[in-house]
Amino acid sequence: MTNLFNIGDHVRVGDALPPGHIRTPMFLRGCKGTIIKHFGSFPNPERLAYGLSGLPKINLYQVLFEMDEAWNGNGDYEDRDTITADIYETWLEAI
Amino acid sequence: MTKRLISDLGGLPAGSIDRSEHEPTMTERRIDAMMILLRAKPRSFWASDENRRTIESLEPKTYAESAYYERWVLAMKGLLLEKGILTEAELDAKVSEVRSREQMAKI
Amino acid sequence: MSSHSKDHDHGHDHTAFQKDITEPKEDWEFLEIAIRELLIEKNVLSAREIQDEIEAWEKKNPEKGAEIIARSWVDDDFKNRLLSDGNKAVAELGFTVESLKLVALENTYEIHHMVVCTLCSCYPRTLLGVPPLWYKSREYRSRAVREPRAVLREFGTAIPESVEIRVVDSTADCRYLVIPKRPANTEKMSEGELVKLITRDSMIGTAEALDQHGKRS
Repeated sequence: MTNLFNIGDHVRVGDALPPGHIRTPMFLRGCKGTIIKHFGSFPNPERLAYGLSGLPKINLYQVLFEMDEAWNGNGDYEDRDTITADIYETWLEAI
Repeated sequence: MTKRLISDLGGLPAGSIDRSEHEPTMTERRIDAMMILLRAKPRSFWASDENRRTIESLEPKTYAESAYYERWVLAMKGLLLEKGILTEAELDAKVSEVRSREQMAKI
Repeated sequence: MSSHSKDHDHGHDHTAFQKDITEPKEDWEFLEIAIRELLIEKNVLSAREIQDEIEAWEKKNPEKGAEIIARSWVDDDFKNRLLSDGNKAVAELGFTVESLKLVALENTYEIHHMVVCTLCSCYPRTLLGVPPLWYKSREYRSRAVREPRAVLREFGTAIPESVEIRVVDSTADCRYLVIPKRPANTEKMSEGELVKLITRDSMIGTAEALDQHGKRS
């Protein structure tokens, strides 16, 4: 599987609302972030959840987000605080 | 209407965190042990994500009000039936048997 | 709730199924008994295996994680290996984390990591044991990502404004282990003494390690 993104790439998380088992949290849908790590490739959990093999494997990245991107000031954090989540390539697009 | 999963909690309003410690009961330990054995090799009856999907399919009220291992045992039941390892009829019969036996033991 | 505390002599051994000290009351407790008896009757599982699995899990507790952290505090090369390939580094100490990627996160004077799983309750169980109830709670899972400073204050953990708090949502196949900052004035302590300063919560990131006297700083 080719690595789609490099460290430092800016990405946007998909904002789709498909039914079923999904590992992309709602609070990050549509948010812009930065790739900080590539973990390798893993079986797709959205398919594993229904008894399928989840193959071919898909790339998994750690993506870094500013707090404001998710909460727009509506939380208890400092400007320098951040969130990361591990997101599969199928949910990420380059920006 | 959003299709937010009942388990997808990040950012929702919630109260203070109860930090009291809890030593798992024997029931909880057995549920944990059985779940791991059923999921692991050589059985591999299901993947962790099937377990999660089954928990996410619980009624929202059940999800919100149930204890952690209660959700696990409900998911285990769902998956054992789905995979044909147990049938609803034998499970119902066994639950009744266990209940009457435990009742008798108390008398 | 604690019906099976380890710190008192409860007068029974762990080699056979003992009756719970509390009788089953809830529907789900009866369901557990029924499922277990059926699986054993149908030779899907054996009572022995279930008991062995319970005992195996009892051996998994935060002291395992603490041993790894203590080693990383005294051995920079090990710490670097732990940060670059967690699974491989912990294998040197005899720990295996199967099929999941173990990722260590180093807390420093610039950055404080705090781990949560907003979608379920992913946790490095092999190294820290069964997660505490609060880690699995609606309250922690909801609030950690949105109000980390409030959550840390609730835990009595003061992180200066000048330090970046990085909330790490464990949403996939990685399991995160926080390396807390090594407390000041511990240069002369042995690895074994250091282990005692490394609490479960400090490896989740909701607390810092204890100070050199074993007290919360």
